[in-house]
Amino acid sequence: MSPVLLIARRELRGYLRTMTGWIIATSVLLIDGLLFNAFALEGARRSTEVLTRFFYFASGPTMVAAIFLAMRLLAEERQLGTLALLYASPVRDRDIVLGKFLGALAFLSGLTLATVYMPLLILVHGHIAVGHLLAGYLGLLLLGAASLGLGTLGSSLARTQIIAVILGAALLVSLLLAWLLASATEPPFSALLVTWVALFATTRVLEARRWR
Amino acid sequence: MIQVEQLSKYYGARAAIRNLSFRIDSGEVVGFLGLNGAGKTTTLRILGCVLLPTSGTVCLDGQDLLTAPRQLRARIGFLPETPPLYEDMGVGEYLAFVAGLRGVEPGRIRARVGETEERTGLGALDDERISTLSHGYRQRVGVAQALVHGPEVLLLDEPANGLDPVQNVEMRALIRSLRGDHTVLVSSHILPEIAQTCDRLLVVRDGELVAQGSEAELEERLGVGTGVELEISGPVEAVAAAVRAVPGVRAVSVQPTPAGRAVLRVEAPDALRPALARAALGAGAQLFRLDVSADRLESLFLKLAGRGAVG
Repeated sequence: MSPVLLIARRELRGYLRTMTGWIIATSVLLIDGLLFNAFALEGARRSTEVLTRFFYFASGPTMVAAIFLAMRLLAEERQLGTLALLYASPVRDRDIVLGKFLGALAFLSGLTLATVYMPLLILVHGHIAVGHLLAGYLGLLLLGAASLGLGTLGSSLARTQIIAVILGAALLVSLLLAWLLASATEPPFSALLVTWVALFATTRVLEARRWR
Repeated sequence: MIQVEQLSKYYGARAAIRNLSFRIDSGEVVGFLGLNGAGKTTTLRILGCVLLPTSGTVCLDGQDLLTAPRQLRARIGFLPETPPLYEDMGVGEYLAFVAGLRGVEPGRIRARVGETEERTGLGALDDERISTLSHGYRQRVGVAQALVHGPEVLLLDEPANGLDPVQNVEMRALIRSLRGDHTVLVSSHILPEIAQTCDRLLVVRDGELVAQGSEAELEERLGVGTGVELEISGPVEAVAAAVRAVPGVRAVSVQPTPAGRAVLRVEAPDALRPALARAALGAGAQLFRLDVSADRLESLFLKLAGRGAVG
């Protein structure tokens, strides 16, 4: 198995075995359900409107979950001293970053897809195309991946997990504000670009830490 | 095998190590001795490819650390001062993960993990979660992760740190058992601890290498007074006289112990220990202990590593 997959698998198991992963998952699913009930289903609406509102309201908890999932990726390794294990192994820094990112993304994807019962309710009781559903989830996952990338960068810069959350959130909010201002930005491509730039910067941070 | 040349590491303006140069041959067990803050950990982190040096070179069989870091990392096993353990994993699972990371073939991983667990005394703990292990067993898992891929070079940073006396003895036995199969560099700030384990010592003080050689060579070079202690019971005065008569003995002092025995402190070279034992037994003593004087090791350590001491 490649080092990237080994690290990703370890990371995913880490979320499944510790309380942190389950607390984040439970909170997100609860908030998503409440928002769906309180706002998306509110009043008499067309099915497509309900679906649009579902994805709109689900994006917030997804971004917040991504930042909280990312906080442990590198900051915790530094706190526990386990980063030395990865640094001393014959693995590229970019493989470490990618493996950790993919592990967290797998957990976030599972968590996001666990909300599928809500759009399925719309599909059963209303009229929406499966394509809309798939496109919506792809968008949600891209948004989650971009937020996770920013969170990973925050985690690589911070000494503690709390600081990692604050840094990741600050980066995310700055970019959201920039996105609101630049209405011409194309979301799918910007999400991929943000993910790539954040992971690239994280790799550079890890490389630089070998000097300190 | 390991060749270190003019190695320096600066954190800002502060030098953690300065112009370190030494060589370690294949199969040697070498002790890296110094007080806290002397530069031991920084040096080991550089040799373990965790940290990059400011200047200087580290070569393993001619391969440079800076130009071939990944190839070198596969040949090195590194135990940092704090063992790098994932608390949520089981012992066997963790070692299998590390073996995979270090490039052990998937089909060989289970066998390698089993062999390493046997060697480090972890055989019965394969399924045990790391978070439930005692400090001593965590240190063992730390050593096991450094060994699991069968590296040629082992770097152990204070492996006996915080261990109780029994665990300490077991750790020393484990390190001694690695001789021949691996080239070992083990750091410590406790001389008696590594003097019993290592073939040779490298002594650092304030980031610089101040001495190297075997314990006996260092004692001779630094002119540390040699001393041997005998714990006896029986005719103390007669035994003291017999010991004093052994050629090469410079002085003997007698100190009674609360247990009704006596400790003879003998100023004499190490090589005289068999003759001292024969003399004591010949004079009717019951010999309970014959050892290098603790004061002597302390004196050597202070001369070597103490601040403001003779270099």
